[in-house]
Amino acid sequence: MKLVTAIIKPFKLDEVREALGELGVSGVTVTEVKGFGRQKGHTELYRGAEYVVDFLPKVKVEVALTDELVESAVEAITKTAATGKIGDGKIFISQLDDAIRIRTGETGPEAI
Amino acid sequence: MNEIFELQYALDTFYFLMCGALVMWMAAGFAMLEAGLVRSKNTTEILTKNISLFAVACTMYMVCGYHIMYADLGDLLLRGITGDGATGMEEPATYAPSADFYFQVVFVATAMSIVSGAVAERMKLWAFLAFAVVMTGFIYPMEGSWTWGGQSVFGLYTLGDLGFSDFAGSGIVHMAGASAALAGVLLLGARKGKYGADGSINAIPGANLPMATLGTFILWLGWFGFNGGSVLATASVESANAVAVVFLNTNAAASGGLIAALIVARFMFGKADLTMALNGALAGLVAITAEPSTPTALQATLFGGLGGVLVVFSIVALDKLKIDDPVGAISVHGVVGLLGLLLVPLTNDASTFSGQLIGAATIFIWVFGASAVVWSILKSTMGIRVSQEEEFDGVDLSECGMEAYPEFVSAKS
Repeated sequence: MKLVTAIIKPFKLDEVREALGELGVSGVTVTEVKGFGRQKGHTELYRGAEYVVDFLPKVKVEVALTDELVESAVEAITKTAATGKIGDGKIFISQLDDAIRIRTGETGPEAI
Repeated sequence: MNEIFELQYALDTFYFLMCGALVMWMAAGFAMLEAGLVRSKNTTEILTKNISLFAVACTMYMVCGYHIMYADLGDLLLRGITGDGATGMEEPATYAPSADFYFQVVFVATAMSIVSGAVAERMKLWAFLAFAVVMTGFIYPMEGSWTWGGQSVFGLYTLGDLGFSDFAGSGIVHMAGASAALAGVLLLGARKGKYGADGSINAIPGANLPMATLGTFILWLGWFGFNGGSVLATASVESANAVAVVFLNTNAAASGGLIAALIVARFMFGKADLTMALNGALAGLVAITAEPSTPTALQATLFGGLGGVLVVFSIVALDKLKIDDPVGAISVHGVVGLLGLLLVPLTNDASTFSGQLIGAATIFIWVFGASAVVWSILKSTMGIRVSQEEEFDGVDLSECGMEAYPEFVSAKS
């Protein structure tokens, strides 16, 4: 099992969710986050004086997957979240040791 | 006394009182504007200052301010003011004497409201209110007595004789408030973080622009009472015509000011700056206040527009001088107030440029000087500035002990 964490542009969330749904992914967790990457922040003017927006708003999508779904899910996220412009975000994949469904007590891939 | 006169007396008094109520409502406008342009951690405190200063102004003007400003109209504590304006007066008025007090007192509060915005986010609440006592009970009534009160300036000269004219108070109210504010800001210093050690100027964006916009709309509405009421009458064809022109010109100048500031800010900063547009509308209003009855509608729009252009440059210039004014009060009311005074002779032959300049200088030197003395005394006794840590945490907690938007508060069980 793998945990796929994608940081994407907020306005792409609906498309990503739909694409993952079509693959049969049964659940995702979404968090509003802020951060910076190569895009850095940007400066704005308020009453003629500059201020810097260092951390840009992004959406973090976390999805736990069985090994065979990982490749297609990553492909789906990459395809739908891309705009080709700087700031499209990143995908991180990490090993997932176990999963437990609280209601039934099922563990492992069954619980995903 | 015939019935027509009675009707006129009743109508003029009613109009006067309603205009006074509109001006009273400007206190709400200032409160919202200032609460919108400060950071959310300083909201409760700025609201406390705004509503408290209004009450202090009304009380002090009742105790001694009105008597100092109009010695022949009212005694200390307003003894005898409940009388009849039509009989027993040297010159019969067409409105109740107590209505005159009510209309005058809300102007004092307006002048004091200007100060609170400029010193926001760092001044101690109680030092500010102590200043309000002196400003509304003495400093403002003194310059008011030399202008609207018709008294000579310490027996030296009389402004009216020199051709000084200020219809509703561009100088007497607005520039006076800004002069007191400037003295306070110079002794207080800038907000922490506003100016970097390397000379950089940092923006400290206001927390709530809907509130700032609502405040500006309220001020715009209240200004019809401010200028319209200053005609002092409405119950004759002549005065009714004058009132209508004043309403029209007041509205035109505000519009001209807003459009001018919006466009100037767009070209200077690249985007539409709402806060500058709001300051522009107020600048237009301040610019026309010294003489809203003689310009044509086009002239009023242009005068307002001139105020709107000037206010943007003034705000940027004050920032370069490191004079930190979070809401732009010194620019809107002071710099544009002076402009308003100097525009009067263009449309009103009864006033002169020299008279306007001497009047403006008299008001500025007196209010700035007297305020600087009072602020200095307060600074060396009770202190006028909160500590650095209190400023960082927000004066809502240090001065009022309550946040405007409390989160994660749990009851003590």
